[in-house]
Amino acid sequence: MTGPMKILAKMKGGAASIRVVVNHPMESGLRKEVDGKTVPAHYIQLLTVALNGKVVVSGQLGGSISKNPSLGFTVKGAKAGDKVSVTWVDSNGGKRTDEAVVVV
Amino acid sequence: MNVIRRTVLKSAGAMGVLAGLFVTGILKPTLAYASEWNKAAFGAKDMETALKAIGADGAVDSKQLILRVPEIAENSAMVPVDVTSNIPNTTSIAILVMKNPIPLSAQFEFSGGAMAEVSVRVKLAQISIIRVVAKADGKFYSTQKEVKVADGGCGH
Repeated sequence: MTGPMKILAKMKGGAASIRVVVNHPMESGLRKEVDGKTVPAHYIQLLTVALNGKVVVSGQLGGSISKNPSLGFTVKGAKAGDKVSVTWVDSNGGKRTDEAVVVV
Repeated sequence: MNVIRRTVLKSAGAMGVLAGLFVTGILKPTLAYASEWNKAAFGAKDMETALKAIGADGAVDSKQLILRVPEIAENSAMVPVDVTSNIPNTTSIAILVMKNPIPLSAQFEFSGGAMAEVSVRVKLAQISIIRVVAKADGKFYSTQKEVKVADGGCGH
């Protein structure tokens, strides 16, 4: 199951430190259940971080990123009040965007 | 009334054209905010093929590329990987786990004010070398470290 992301964006020494925790199973399609059945692939393939609507990080992910991915980035030139939006697209065509505001 | 009607019809027409472009693939909706997923690179089953698929097979070692990983991972399903590139004009960082069935874990591109650094957690199938590759001014640089696993490796 997937769900809302947790986005924490905080100013740290003139840059915004952005931490994103995504709610996603990240099933690689290679894992087997106890009964030997393969769990179908379901993982995030694209993830972007935008600051005030402008993409600053564009990531491609594979199935070996841990379940409920935790990602950290740093953006210079950001300031308190700026809007951070994170969007992911997964291997099943699922998609989600969540937003946060940079805090001091 | 007529003006409003005309405007509505006009914008509806424009929307139709846009929708048409999406359908024909001239405009891909995902491209508006993300690069396309590199299927060949994420399908590669060995490090060499994966590096080739991202164009980094000629990467040279660099001490300006800083990789922080635990020496021994307590939980092989969640191994913290922290990468910082001090190479000027770094535009992307890729993370690869040599012994994983699919070595390429992720690749991040930075633009605007984003600094060339990322922290993420990866799965390790067994003890493995983790290799990171940075792209700067069209050239590729890399560094690597070995990570042991305390729990024998995750089933992925």
